[in-house]
This record gives sequence, structure tokens and C-alpha cells, in this order.
Amino acid sequence: MIHNDNKLPDLPPPKNTTGIIGWAKENLFSSPLNSILTIIAGYLLYISLVPAIEWAFVKADWLGDSREACTSGGACWVFITARLNQFIYGFYPEELYWRVNIVFAMFSVLVAALVIERTPYKGWIASFALIVFPVIAFFLLYGGGFDLKIVETHKWGGLMLTLVLAVVGIVAALPFGILLALGRRSDMPVVKSFCVIFIEIWRGVPLITVLFMASVMLPLFIPEEVSFDKLLRALVGIVMFQSAYMAEVVRGGLQAIPKGQYEAAKALGLNYWKSMGLIILPQALKMMIPGIVNTFIALFKDTSLVLIIGLFDLLAIVQAGLSDPKWLGYSVEGYVFVAFVFWVFCFGMSQYSQALERKLDTGHKS
Amino acid sequence: MPENKHNLATGNVSFWNDPAKRSLVFQAILFLAVFAVGYIIYQNTQHNLESRGITTGFEFLDAEAGFGIIQSLIPYDETHSYGRTFVVGLLNTILVAALGIFFATILGFLIGVARLSHNWLIARIAAVYIEIFRNIPLLLQIFFWYFAVLRLLPGPRQSLELANVAFLNVRGVYLPSPVLGEGFSWVLAALVLALIVIFFIKRWARRRQSETGDQFPVFWASLGVLIGLPFIVFLLSGASLQWEIPELKGFNFRGGLTIIPELSALLIALTIYTAAFIAEIVRSGIESISKGQTEAARALGVSPGKTLQLVIIPQAMRVIIPPLTSQYLNLIKNSSLATAIGYPDLVSVFAGTTLNQTGQAIEVISMTMAVYLTLSLLVSLFMNWYNKRMALVER
Repeated sequence: MIHNDNKLPDLPPPKNTTGIIGWAKENLFSSPLNSILTIIAGYLLYISLVPAIEWAFVKADWLGDSREACTSGGACWVFITARLNQFIYGFYPEELYWRVNIVFAMFSVLVAALVIERTPYKGWIASFALIVFPVIAFFLLYGGGFDLKIVETHKWGGLMLTLVLAVVGIVAALPFGILLALGRRSDMPVVKSFCVIFIEIWRGVPLITVLFMASVMLPLFIPEEVSFDKLLRALVGIVMFQSAYMAEVVRGGLQAIPKGQYEAAKALGLNYWKSMGLIILPQALKMMIPGIVNTFIALFKDTSLVLIIGLFDLLAIVQAGLSDPKWLGYSVEGYVFVAFVFWVFCFGMSQYSQALERKLDTGHKS
Repeated sequence: MPENKHNLATGNVSFWNDPAKRSLVFQAILFLAVFAVGYIIYQNTQHNLESRGITTGFEFLDAEAGFGIIQSLIPYDETHSYGRTFVVGLLNTILVAALGIFFATILGFLIGVARLSHNWLIARIAAVYIEIFRNIPLLLQIFFWYFAVLRLLPGPRQSLELANVAFLNVRGVYLPSPVLGEGFSWVLAALVLALIVIFFIKRWARRRQSETGDQFPVFWASLGVLIGLPFIVFLLSGASLQWEIPELKGFNFRGGLTIIPELSALLIALTIYTAAFIAEIVRSGIESISKGQTEAARALGVSPGKTLQLVIIPQAMRVIIPPLTSQYLNLIKNSSLATAIGYPDLVSVFAGTTLNQTGQAIEVISMTMAVYLTLSLLVSLFMNWYNKRMALVER
């Protein structure tokens, strides 16, 4: 018997199992039903996407200062570009834009420093961002000290106001939320019931009614002599509302800490505040970051509701622009632009929170 | 706490170092503080109301409202009272919330399942849908549908029409409305009877299956009873159902059923927005069931459809229901955004117009908040009950 030890060379895999064809066969046309679905979905995509792209980019007009510049028949982005300053700064005096810009720049640097993983001294940066930065930002935006001209809050608007509402809302709601969550898990019945009632009331009503309450009822609650800024009233409402949601996020974090940790803290002889501050909360807060980011996303979207009580956030500026007789009929462009701005912020944050969730997965859950 | 007992027994611990007494003192202080703040607010409010000449109390509910509402489920006109406006607004809120929950659940489940489809294109489209719509503020979406889409529809004369019975134009959707004849109550009675019969068929079939092992086609039998019984009665009672078709008279359509554009815009936006969240909940629920369960069911010879129906869905529901409840609650609360486009819901009619006309902010806002609190509590009670029924029974 002749023994042939020469192996035949490996053949390449069959053509229709690799490359684009193989991929399509497996993912798009694996069964008759799948093929039909693919064809229908592909057709629907084709008839909706092609005109949309044509409208938004190919036939669009970008530059100009009035509607006469829109001649191509597609989207009229001139409506946006001509008013871009208003969308960003609201009615802030033009010569003082630099003050807002400094705040924007500081904010972006701080956020970047906190988000990037390898930044050193993160603790110090976080404390600076939470304690010093708000003071600087207040004096820059509102003025008052250091020879800065005062800009009344009714001139604030646009993206700037949206960011102020969201950032102040979340930063102020965080400490209240932590206190409420600790109170809800407390052994003291009076403390516990107060906290439960507070949380459940705010979580059970819509934000609009809270804003209405802040704008029409709050002035009745305080002495007549004290006048209360409209923006401040809205912020009080938002913080109350948001701290209830924050409390539930924190409660989730506290519950996820194994019981052994509480017992260990007690065994070491730490009192309540020390065991919370040194052992429980640092761990819980770390676990809560994705939840906090999600609350922040919800809050960021909810800031658009302030237009109902007459503040000019980004969405309200667009609404106002649409009722300008010079720009009637460009509502789609306006909404697409605002939707895009909100989407970029919210989508970015949600991606960040998902990345964090993967990174911080310490195996407590499973 | 044992160490405290020891201290108490020996009695030589100072007052401030005894946790039990300290917490009592702390609670008393907190109670007094809350009480004091409440009292100060009460005093201020009394003073402010007096100096502004605002009356208090709920007498205003009986006064004549004097304003019209564009949609009411119960008879209403300007001569009715403010109390009536409250009911009209409440019913409109319940209407849009119920319809919204219904449509959002269906769309959400569809998209959640599509997101897990083996078809790459379908799964991608579902994912893009979710990422787009949940990251855009709901209010913006409502504005978009109302101002950018429904406002651009043609006027009544150039209405889009379907088979000459349904019409769509800038004033709303016009559909034929059923006109119930005399014998129609018998049909309704037959429907109720059919439901009762189905209940007993189900019980009988389950008992028979556990005794003999024979299966009974419950679904088809129930469907037959549900459709057949009322239909027979309907024919017997003389087919007393007619349709009133909307007609173009003058500048607008008359007759039929009108869905105002405010309701359509709100409903479309609420459905699309909430469905994106529900889809994610459904996906995580289905993904939480380990693949081994599907494989085991298939190995036992259970068909894919039955696997989904009997193995996957019941278990996934346990993961799905609690977050789904929160989404329902969110939808109910979000329906209050109606006020921004003028759909006459509770917030718009009562906390808006009625508040502006009477100035009685405290009563009106508290009533509005109380309604939402009650609705929230009712829905979560029901869903918790349902959740408990579905929950895994352990030990």
C-alpha cells in the first residue's frame, strides 16, 4: 500500500460563508421570513432616508441673514445660523458673552478632567467643581462682585439657561438626596416617615405641577417683603423634585452594600456618621454614578418644561423664533436643531453611564 | 442592641451617649422644626392672601366657569361650574393616559422584541429608534408633532380621506361614529355573558387537563364564544347599529367622531417616547432568561411559539413588571405636558384656566397634585398586586 503523507493544502472556506455575502446570508436572509422582513425594512429605509438626507444636506441652505437666502428648496438652516447667538446665550448682553464663555470653558475642562480616567487628583478636582466652581460661575454669569455688571436672570436663556438649570438642579439635589435616602433607611420612625412622605409626594406628581407650585404658590409662602427671582423659584422646584428621585437612586446604592459592611463598621466601633461617611457612602456613591447620570439625563430633558412658566430655555427660544413673522414656517428646522443639541448631550451621557456600568461592575449584583 | 441594654442596666451612662434617648431627642427636634416651618408658611400665606384679597376655601367650585373647553367626555358648556371643569379635565387626562399606555405597551413590546431579532437590519432599526426617541425631550416631541406635522396638514376642503368615511385635516381626524339603536343593550349583555362563559370554560379546561391530561383548545373556543354570542344577539335584535359619517358642511366637518389634533399630537408623542423606554425594559427582561431555558424547552420538544409563551414570557414578566409600572406612572405624569399645546387635560383646564380666573392657587394646585398622587398610588397598587401574583414562589 502506498502511503501518501502529503496532505492536500487547506481549502479556503466556501465563498458564500465568508465576507459580505456570508454575513448577509446569516444576518439578513437566514430564513424566508427574514428575507421578506429585510426587503420590507430596506425599502422603508430607502424611501425615508434618501429624501431626508436630500432635505437636510444636499438641498439645504446654510448661510445668510434672512429667509431670502433659502432658495434651494431643502432645509433652511439659515434660521438657525442667523440666530445662533440667541440659541446659545438667550438675551444676554452681547458685549458680555465672554463671561458666559469662560464659564462654558471651565465647565468643559472640569467635566473632561472628571470623565477621563487617568486624571490625577480627581478628588480635589471634584471638590473644586462642586464647591468653588459654582461660586465663580455665579459671579461671572450674574455679576455683582469684582466690578462685574449685573445681568438680571430674565436675560438668561438658550443653551446657557438649560445648562444652568440642569447643573444647579443636579448638584444641589445630590446632598439633599443623600440625606433623604439615609433618613428613609433610618431606624427613627419620625425621621423615616418624614422622608418617605417627602419622597413619595414629589415622585407622585408631574414636574409641571411642581413648577406651577414654585411659580404661583411659593410667593405666598414667604414674607411679602422678600422678592424671589423667577429663575430661583424654578430652581427651588426642580431641586425639590429632583432630590426625591436622587434619594431613590442613593437608596438603591445603599441597599446594594452587603450587610457585612455595616456590621464591620459597627464592629470597628465607628458611630453612625463615621461608618456612613467612611465606609458605606464612598462605596454606594461609586455604584450610584450610573444612576446619577441617568437622573441627570432625565433632568436635562425636563429642563425644557420651564418654558411653560415663562423662562426662555433652548426650546423656548426656538418657539419664540417660530412666532417671529420673519421666520414663519421653519418649525421643522428649529425642532430638528434643538432635538439634535439635546440628543448629543443625552446620548453622550448615556454612553458614558453605560461604560461606567461595565467598568464599575464589582460583581455585587450577580 | 445588647450593649445599650447593659449600659441602661448599670445606669451610669450620660444622657447624650445613650443612643435610644439621643434619637428620641433628635426626632422631637426634627418634629418641632418641621412643625415650625409649616406654621411660618401658614402664617405668611394667611397674611399674603389677606393683603392680596384672595378668598380661601372651596366655594369657588360651585361658581360658574364661563369658559369653553374644546373637548369634553361629559356634557359641558360655559354655564357649568368650576367643579365641572375639574371633572372634565380629569376625564381628559385619564383618556389620554389610558390610550397612551395601551399604544405604548404594544409598540414598546414590538420594538423590544425587534431589538433582539436575528435579522440584523430589523435589530439595528429598533436600536436606532430607541436611541433617538429616548434622548429627545418629550415636550420637544409634542411640539414637533403638533406644530411641525399636524399644523401642516391641508384644510378641511382638501382633506386627506379614506374610503370617503374617514377624513384627516388640520382641524383633526374625523371618523364615523356608531349610533346605537334600541336593541343594542342586549348585545352588550351578550358580551358580558360571553366573558362569564369563557371564564368557566377556562376553569373547566384546566381541571380536565389536570385530571385526564387532555388539552382543550381554550383560545379558539373562547374566541368563538366572544365573537359568536354577541353577533347572534346582534342579528336577533335587528342589527340596530348604524354609523354616522362625517360630512363637509360649510367650513368644517359635522357629525361623526372627531379627534382633535391636540389629542393626536399628545398621544403620538407619548406613545413614541414611552415605547422607547418600554422596549429597553422588554429587552432586558427577555435577556435575563438564560439561554439554557430555551434550549431545554426545545430539547423536550416544545415548539418555539409555546417556548416563548410558556417558558420565556412568564419569567421575563417578573423582571419587566416593576420598571414597566414606573413607565406607566411616568406616562400618566407626562400627559400633563398637554398644557403646552392646549389639550384640555387636568393641568391645562384646572391648574391653568380655572386657576387664572379664580386666583385660588393653593386649593387648585393641591387638588391637581392630589389627583396625580392618587392615580400614581392606584396604578402602583394594582401593578404591585399583579407583580405579586406573577412573582416566583420560593420556599
